[in-house]
Order: sequence, then C-alpha cells, then structure tokens
Amino acid sequence: MNTASVSTQQASVSERVKAAAAALALGMVLIYTVGFAASASVHNAAHDTRHAIAFPCH
Amino acid sequence: MINRVLAVSLLAGLLAGLVVAALQHVTTTPLILKAETYEAALRAVAPSYAAFTEQGFSGEAKIVLAHGGDAHGEHDAWAPQDGFQRTLFTSLVTIATAIGFAALLLGGMIAANDTIDERRALTWAACGFLAFGLVPAIGLAPELPGAAAAALESRQLWWIFTALVTAGAIFVFLRMEAPWLRALAVLAILVPHVIGAPHPAAPESKVPAEVAAHFAALSLAVQAALWLITGFAVGRLWPWFIRRADAR
Repeated sequence: MNTASVSTQQASVSERVKAAAAALALGMVLIYTVGFAASASVHNAAHDTRHAIAFPCH
Repeated sequence: MINRVLAVSLLAGLLAGLVVAALQHVTTTPLILKAETYEAALRAVAPSYAAFTEQGFSGEAKIVLAHGGDAHGEHDAWAPQDGFQRTLFTSLVTIATAIGFAALLLGGMIAANDTIDERRALTWAACGFLAFGLVPAIGLAPELPGAAAAALESRQLWWIFTALVTAGAIFVFLRMEAPWLRALAVLAILVPHVIGAPHPAAPESKVPAEVAAHFAALSLAVQAALWLITGFAVGRLWPWFIRRADAR
C-alpha cells in the first residue's frame, strides 16, 4: 500500500465531504462558464474551444 | 485537503490545458476558421433567412444559423481579434476547461473514497471522456460553425442530462454488484438516446461533408486527449503533493 492510499484513508469523513464538495463546485462553475454561459462576450472568447470540445454552441 | 484539491486541480489543468491548446491549434481550430469562410459566404447570399428564423421563436425545433443574425447580439459584443488574441483566449478557455475537468475528477474520486494514483485517475478520466464526450456526441455530434442546429437551450439541457445520467450509470455499473442495478444502469444510459437529442428540421451547412466529418473525429480525439492528459496529471500530482506534505 502506498502513501497515497494511507493518507486518503486517514482523512476524516467530514474532511472528505468538504474536499469533494469544493472540488465538484469548482468543476461545475468552471465548466458552466466555459461551456454553457450565455453571455455574448464569454461565448466569443470561448467559441473555438466550445466547438473543439463539442459543447452545444450558438 | 481542500488546499491540495485546489493546487492539484490548477496545476493538472494548466499542464493538460497547455498541451491540448497546442493540439487544438493544429487540429480543430484551422477547420473552424475554414468553416467560417463558408459561413460568411452563406450569410452574404441569404441575409434575410436568418432574420426570418429569428421571428419563429417557438423554442421548439427552431433552426438557428450559427452566427446568423443577432441571436447573441454578437455584433455589439466584444470578441477577440483573429490571430494572436483569439488563440490566446482559446488557450485560456481550454486551460479553464481542463481545470474544471480535473476538479470534477478529484471530486468524484474523493467522494467515492478512491485511492488517487496514476492508474485509477486514468480510469476515471476514460470514464469522464465516455460520459462527457463520446456518449453526448452520439446525439449531438461535434459541429463546425455554419451547421444548422436546434434551439441552443434545448441542446444544452439534453447534453447536461445525458452527461450526468451516463456518468452516474457508469459509476453504478462499475461499483455495484446487484445484477438488477447494473441492468438498470445500462438502461439509464440508453434513456437520453431514446428521448432523442434536439435536431433541426433540415441541414443547412455549406461546409463540405468531408471537412465536417474530419472535424467530428478530431473533436473527439481532442476531448479524449484532454481527459486522459488531465487524468494522468491528477494521478501523478496528487501522490506527489501527499509525499511532500508527509515529508515536512
């Protein structure tokens, strides 16, 4: 068993819940902004990436 | 632990984003620019068509010409200038996307109480590509500018619904023992496709089919690269941060 698994299992449940919630919130806010936000400026800045990553665009 | 989540998300996203931004620059972006020339030609020929479709705002099966008319008020809004500025913003947005995917990956793995190492992170990343890339693409194929498409909101809703259902179903299938649960997971993956993605009544694009097909394949490859490089970076960086913390 490597260090990673020991440390992960040592983390308390509440600490894991907080870390997972923070990570998921950060991820969802970022993906919403780059891929889905309706703002025209955001759309124009993100345009080529939205097409390349196949987020629904236009 | 939250600090480590933020640090690993940012670093892994930065690394993966930079690599994929370079990939985009030589694969998908040239095709997007090429498609825009056809789109501009189409708009010059039929300016009244876009205006016509603007009026039929029923929400259902409305044909929207990409970049057509003032759908997004794009004429007034800021847009990066073609060339360096556009490349810069595309790269920044790709890095932000990679950071977002890295954070979702970490969030999922921590919530599932998985050990975060290279092999497991790569497995999660492959599943991420299936759920957020390949399976939604079955209904909404990667599109070049100029392609006809149904109303944006309905496509976005379908995409988010499909991605979440697929992600949940893959997790249930891989982690649950009960055969009925696993069968349910397979059925759940099919549901969005039985409902069907919103599609336009008629195709409109003047971009040659060969170019569009090439773009669809490249887009899927770029997405796979984005997920796998992000997963690899997360799987390498997380244990490294732990070893560093333990060494103190």
